[in-house]
Amino acid sequence: METPSRNVMVFIEARHGEIADVSRELLSAARRLATELDGEVEAVALGHGLGAALTELGCHGCRRVYYIDDSRLAHFSSVPYARETARLIRKYDPQIVLFGATTMGRDVAPRVASELRCGLTADCTALEIGDHAIKDVTFSRTLMQIRPAFGGNIIATIVSPESRPSMATVREGVMQLDAPDDFLPPATVMTEPCVLEDDAFLTEVLEVVRQEKAVNLPAAQIIVAAGMGAGDPDSLSLVRELAKTLGGQVGCSRPVVDAGVLPKEHQVGQTGITVRPNLYIACGISGQIQHRAGMAEAKRIIAVNRDPQAPIFSIAHYGIVGDVREVLGRMIKAYKTKA
Amino acid sequence: MGLRMIVTVKQVPDTHNVTGEAMKEDGTVNRAALPAIFNPEDLNALEAALALKESVGGTVTCISMGPPQATAVLKECLYRGADDVMLVSDRRFAGADTLATSYALACAIRTVGNYDLIFCGRQAIDGDTAQVGPQIAEKLEINQLTGVAKVRHADDESITVERTVEDGIEVVRSRYPVLVTVTGSANEPRTASAKLVMTYKNIGKQACEGAYEEAWLEPGVCSAVSHIREWNVESIGADPAACGLSGSPTKVKKIQSVVLTAGESQQVPNTDAGIAGLMRELVEENIVG
Repeated sequence: METPSRNVMVFIEARHGEIADVSRELLSAARRLATELDGEVEAVALGHGLGAALTELGCHGCRRVYYIDDSRLAHFSSVPYARETARLIRKYDPQIVLFGATTMGRDVAPRVASELRCGLTADCTALEIGDHAIKDVTFSRTLMQIRPAFGGNIIATIVSPESRPSMATVREGVMQLDAPDDFLPPATVMTEPCVLEDDAFLTEVLEVVRQEKAVNLPAAQIIVAAGMGAGDPDSLSLVRELAKTLGGQVGCSRPVVDAGVLPKEHQVGQTGITVRPNLYIACGISGQIQHRAGMAEAKRIIAVNRDPQAPIFSIAHYGIVGDVREVLGRMIKAYKTKA
Repeated sequence: MGLRMIVTVKQVPDTHNVTGEAMKEDGTVNRAALPAIFNPEDLNALEAALALKESVGGTVTCISMGPPQATAVLKECLYRGADDVMLVSDRRFAGADTLATSYALACAIRTVGNYDLIFCGRQAIDGDTAQVGPQIAEKLEINQLTGVAKVRHADDESITVERTVEDGIEVVRSRYPVLVTVTGSANEPRTASAKLVMTYKNIGKQACEGAYEEAWLEPGVCSAVSHIREWNVESIGADPAACGLSGSPTKVKKIQSVVLTAGESQQVPNTDAGIAGLMRELVEENIVG
C-alpha cells in the first residue's frame, strides 16, 4: 500500500482577483511544517482568471496549485467552494490543510471538515509537528494545533490524528510571512474544471460595496491601544492624539469594544485583529492572554499602566507605571518638542 | 402559513468574566466555576427570527443542546416569543467537538421537520470557533449565509442579507431553506416580555431547577416540565458513535494556563526626563519618525 502523503495544503483565497496576504503567510507556515514532515507544500484555489497569480506562489515554496477555474466561482459562494475544495482534498489527500480565518475561510473550512468528517481547529496561534499517543497507538509527526481557548484564558493544544486531513484556520497576521525566494521554481498550476451544476450555486450576489476601512490595523506600523484603564473620554482623546502625533493608528482591547467605547475594527486580540507593528503602546491594558495573543509579536512594546502587577508588563520592552493621562501627555510633549 | 424558523441557542460560561480554576484536568470546561449565560450572538439569532415572525409571519422553534441547566436559555426564548423549544440532552452528547455537536443538532432539526430558515449565532463565546453553523448546514445539505450583519429583507421565498467582509459589504440573497449565522451587530435583541414571563411562570419548577453541575440528563428527568420538550440520542435518531467524545475527531492534548515569559523589560520612570529619554531612543532607532 502506498504511504499516505505528508503534504501540507493551503486554501488560497483571492479577493477581487488578488491573492490574500493571509494565504501567503499560510504558505510560509506550510513550508515550515512540510520540512518537518518531509512533505511538500501544495495549494488549492478556486476562482476565475487567477492562473498567473497562482504561478507566482512558487516563491513562497508552493510546488503545485490545484486550481478550479470557472466564471461562476469568481465570487465566493459557500456550497460550491466547500464542495469543490472537499473534492480536491479527497483527490490529493494531503496530511494537513490550512485556511485563513477570514470571513471566507471561516465559512468554507467548517463545511469542508463536516463533509470530510475530519477535525478542524479555529484560529490557531501556533502550529507544530509532534507525536501523540491514544491508548497504545502512537501517531508520529501529527499536527499540534495550538490556540487560546475559553475566552483566551488558557492555551489548548488540539490534535486530530485519527481523521485525515488535520485542518486548521489561522488569522491574518499570526504567521510570519517569509521573504519571497526568487530562486524557487514557479508553482505548477494544475487547472481542473468545476464539476458542479448551476443548482449548486445557491447564493445570489446582489451587490458588493467595497469600503476602505477607517482603520487598517494590520497595516499600521505604530499602534496606540486603549484598555479599560484608558476608556474615559480624556484618556481616549490622548490615545488618539498620541496615535496621530506618531503617525499611527488606534487599537483597543476587547472590554473597550464590549463597553461600546470603540468599534470592533479597533480590537486587537484573539477575537479581534492580530498585529505585528514596529511599535505598540498599550495604554491602561492589563494584558490578558486574549489581548496578548494579538500583539505579542510587535517589535517594540511600551506598556503604560497604573498597576505595577499588570500582566502586560511581562511582555513589554518598556514599562511605565503611572496614570495614563499623565504618561501620554508627557509622551506627546516630548515628541513634539523633539520634532 | 408563514416562515418556519429554527433557532439554535447555547448556554455558555461567561468567559468574559473568568475567575479561578475554570478548566478540569481532562481539558474540558468546568462550567460550575462560572456563571452561565445566554450566548450573546444567539440572542441576535433569536431576535432575527422573532422580527421576521412579526413582519412576515411564521413560527419560531428554539433548540439547545446541553445539560439540564440549559433549560434556562430555552425559558428565555419562550419569554421573548418563541413558539416551541426543545432541549437535546443526553450524557452521550458530552465532550462533543463542533463536528459531533453539529451532527446532533442537525439530527434534532430533522426531527423538528420542515423548516425554511435556521438562525444561529455566528459563534459561541466559550469556543469562538464559528464552526457549528456551517457544519449544521452541510449536514442538512442546505445553503448558508454566515457572519450576517443585517437582515435586509425576507419574504415567502428568499432572504436578503448584508455580510460584512474584509474589504466591505456584500448583499446576498438565498432561497429557502437556508442557514443564517448572525453577528452581534445584526440587531438589538429584545428583553423578556413581562406578559410571557407570567404565562410561562410555572415552567421548570420541577426537576430541572437546582445547582449547576456537569450532569447530563437522564432520560425523563425533565418530562414533568411543560413547554420544554426533551430529546435524547434515540429521540433524534442519532448514531451514538457519532455523538459526544466518540464522534469528535479533535482531541484536547494539553491545556496550559498562560505562563508569562519574563522579557527584557526596562522600567521607564514616569517623569518628563524619563519619557523624553524613551521617545528619543525610539526616534534614534527609527521606530518612530
